[in-house]
Amino acid sequence: MLEVQVRKRLTVVEEIFHEGGPAASVPLRRAAVLAVIHNPYAGKYVPEIAGFMDDLKPLGLTMAHSLIAALGGDAKIVEGYGKGAIIGSAGELEHGALWHVPGGYAMRELLGDAKAIVASTKKVGGPGTRLDVPITHINASYVRSHFDAMEVGLADAPRADELLLALVMTTGARVHARVGGLKASDIKGEDGLR
Amino acid sequence: MKTVIRKIAVFVEETHSEMGRKVQPPTRRAAAVAVIENPCAGKYVEDLSELMIIGEELGELLAERAVGALGIPAEKAESYGKAAAVGENGELEHAAAILHPKLGASVRKVLGKGAALIPSSKKRGGLGVVLDIPLGHKDAAFVRSHFDGMEVRLNDAPRANEIMVAVAVTDSGRPLPRVGGLTKDQIKGEDGLR
Repeated sequence: MLEVQVRKRLTVVEEIFHEGGPAASVPLRRAAVLAVIHNPYAGKYVPEIAGFMDDLKPLGLTMAHSLIAALGGDAKIVEGYGKGAIIGSAGELEHGALWHVPGGYAMRELLGDAKAIVASTKKVGGPGTRLDVPITHINASYVRSHFDAMEVGLADAPRADELLLALVMTTGARVHARVGGLKASDIKGEDGLR
Repeated sequence: MKTVIRKIAVFVEETHSEMGRKVQPPTRRAAAVAVIENPCAGKYVEDLSELMIIGEELGELLAERAVGALGIPAEKAESYGKAAAVGENGELEHAAAILHPKLGASVRKVLGKGAALIPSSKKRGGLGVVLDIPLGHKDAAFVRSHFDGMEVRLNDAPRANEIMVAVAVTDSGRPLPRVGGLTKDQIKGEDGLR
């Protein structure tokens, strides 16, 4: 059991009213929560790292709760999600993969057993590195209107021995979505894809 | 409202530790950013009063958003700052028109007080430009523990005909202040300086 040491957190909420077209009757909202934590494996190769996934579960749940709170407190309005990680320079890409289970399952649990895989990305980078966190529909990955991304980052993170962990949720489609494909209203929501 | 808003983003940063030392309670700062249409873009406009009115509207809106994101009563705010970035078809003076004549008064209307000058920065730039919002104590500019800054950035703003306007509010100074100077418990808060 390793302690999860949080140095800082960032919450971002974007409200998008229009993007040159008619203003949406309900603005799209996208929220991200970032946590900057100490990387317990920084600076060396550690063969067994999977145990840290369990240690990260409470942080995943806290961050998912914060996201729902930032969007007004009702999990039912969440329609899209995504996750990501930036690994400081003394860590390896594999350390970012530790976030898949605790980050993804925390959101799926709080969103009422969401069906779709949580889209994700990760990279190694220095302080100020930006990450484009991919976003897809929470119950059907093929919903084209909900393919989106949110750029996140912090000027002072991650330091060499840190991990920056991110979760993202959105309340709907791109603000002027109009390129066809599977509609959110047409999904079955059984296999997580359609 | 006269202001045409494309999007609003609200950031909340919490610092829980620095160099392994706990910050108790965590220091917190919030920034609210509006991306608006620049009514004076693309031409020389002598009378900038339209932008001044926009500044008045945004001062109130953004201060309310920032304080709301911190979840504190407005009078508990400790420091503040403001900044604007003008898209490439605008003029630096447009940022000045928004920030200086009227915005401060509406920020202070929300915060109840604010004897000190609101520190500010401005620039012209393209999409993704970084705004470093200077921060200072709201009632006594010389409080050294509260000299700070907060970086904000939106990857999709400002477009050429837009202006990005930011107001930052904190409930604290730097995480572990120890360079002396006037402390917040020593201030009179009358002249805005000490």
